[in-house]
Amino acid sequence: MGVRVAMEVSIAAAEAAKLADVDVIAAYPITPQTHIVEHLAELVADGELDAEYVPVESEHSALSACIGSSAAGARTFTATCAQGLALMHEILFIASALRTPIVMMVVNRALSAPINIWNDHSDIMAERDCGWIQTFAENGQEVFDLTLHAFRVAEDHRVLLPIMVNLDGFILSHMIEPIDIPEKEEVRRYLPEFKPAMRLDPDRPISMGPVGIPEVYTEAKKQLDEALVASKGPIIQAWDEFGKIFGRHYKPVETYRCEDAEVLLLTMGSISETAMTAVDIMREKGVSVGLIRLRLWRPFPLDELRAAVKGADTLAVVDRAVSTGGPGGPVCSEVRSALFGLPNRPKVLGFIAGLGGRDVTLEMFEEMVNQSIEYAKEGKEQFYELVGVREL
Amino acid sequence: MIEIRIHGRGGQGAVTSAEIVATAAIEEGKYAQGFPSFGPERRGAPVTAFVRVDDKPIRLREKVYHPDIVVVLDPTLLEVVDVAEGLKDNGMVVINSTQSEDEIKSQYKIRSRMALVDATKIALDNLGLPITNTTMLGALIKATSVVNIDSINRAIDRRFGPIAPKNKMALEQAYKETRVEQ
Repeated sequence: MGVRVAMEVSIAAAEAAKLADVDVIAAYPITPQTHIVEHLAELVADGELDAEYVPVESEHSALSACIGSSAAGARTFTATCAQGLALMHEILFIASALRTPIVMMVVNRALSAPINIWNDHSDIMAERDCGWIQTFAENGQEVFDLTLHAFRVAEDHRVLLPIMVNLDGFILSHMIEPIDIPEKEEVRRYLPEFKPAMRLDPDRPISMGPVGIPEVYTEAKKQLDEALVASKGPIIQAWDEFGKIFGRHYKPVETYRCEDAEVLLLTMGSISETAMTAVDIMREKGVSVGLIRLRLWRPFPLDELRAAVKGADTLAVVDRAVSTGGPGGPVCSEVRSALFGLPNRPKVLGFIAGLGGRDVTLEMFEEMVNQSIEYAKEGKEQFYELVGVREL
Repeated sequence: MIEIRIHGRGGQGAVTSAEIVATAAIEEGKYAQGFPSFGPERRGAPVTAFVRVDDKPIRLREKVYHPDIVVVLDPTLLEVVDVAEGLKDNGMVVINSTQSEDEIKSQYKIRSRMALVDATKIALDNLGLPITNTTMLGALIKATSVVNIDSINRAIDRRFGPIAPKNKMALEQAYKETRVEQ
């Protein structure tokens, strides 16, 4: 049996990395950062974690160092957010193409300008296509659990891809809440030692990341895409195993009170918890509403989503980022294309809420659902609208 | 569910007091959240922190808009912040003040029950600093039963280490001296 403790969620993420017995942490310890790498630096300095802590000079270097250590066969971890993730942009694509199983916590925050350090999903949505597996946590326990899950999946020889575990900045990262921390033995049972499929070794030299001329680049991209799509099986399997050992169960798409619901909300991340309570309140009032929560963003859970929306008239997708000048929020656009051609598909409505730290409240969910019911009556299907805008 | 909003000034430890109450509640086997109002951190500026405590898992990630309890760490905040904003009908405001209930009611928009203590003096006497967060926790648990004094003291031990005893003395003195309006 583990212990139940009060803990800041950032510290819980670091404790998960410690229990995973990481070998190397490379991070840039300055704003924007979190207590995740700060706590790991402490654990290493205090001798509680036998790992190499590499304090680099930028986020670009942080991920570069992670690629090096992962390629050398070390279990590798880092964390970043917002502008820091943006500075990693170039290297993100290299990490996935080189199939380095790095685990990175992304503490989701807005991108500047205007300068804003608060929570939304602009940082991660700008990195949608970088070839990493991307999961989203709704609370502190899930942050802890998904971190362990990430190591198990990334290092699976059928996968060998880097993973980002997303958690909402401040809303989760700075929250004190109860976390169940398992015994080291239980974690060992779930997470075997890292056995690299291939590694940089002076005695058995190989090259990683050479030039991909036009004759091979397409094939390399196809392989990566197929690998990411195929990772869904091992991802689900690792969640099933997790449930057996720890008793907490996860799925790529999770539903809440969707039975016979006419309107479905769709959310990602910590607002899903508020949305569940909003659904309870509205169901009390007789509103036919349910909730779909996307836990797995990459690879996109196409089949699971299509199954989850079955029977609903209207699907209201809540985005936490703007695809500026685009046809809708990034999640909404993808959901729309995922449902394209599905017989009797629900009407898809796009709402964008909670930008740059604007609170997403119970009331806002009720407003979005009421608006969706209005649109359904009118037979209207908009592309997107921003919620809670203060009109001057 | 009990929701608490703590008003302080940057540097007075409002966030730490939210953390301590949440930690104490979790140690009692309850569910809790303790979190700051996320803004630029400036010493002396008005800040808020929040706590939720419940017997079942808490599925809510918005700020606290309708608190059951408000704690005011600094008497000068009454001049600049509507501390009773959104307070529930049977709510309670716990204030660090040398004023009487009647004086406060006549000067500010507070109509609810109050608990009052001169926490600045107690903090100065015990800690040598006008940092009132742990002192006001003594007032909070005198006025409400959100968590018990033993679990609060254990949370303070863990959070403050060598300076925990002084903080617990301040807390205990405030617990004794707090006047709770019936």
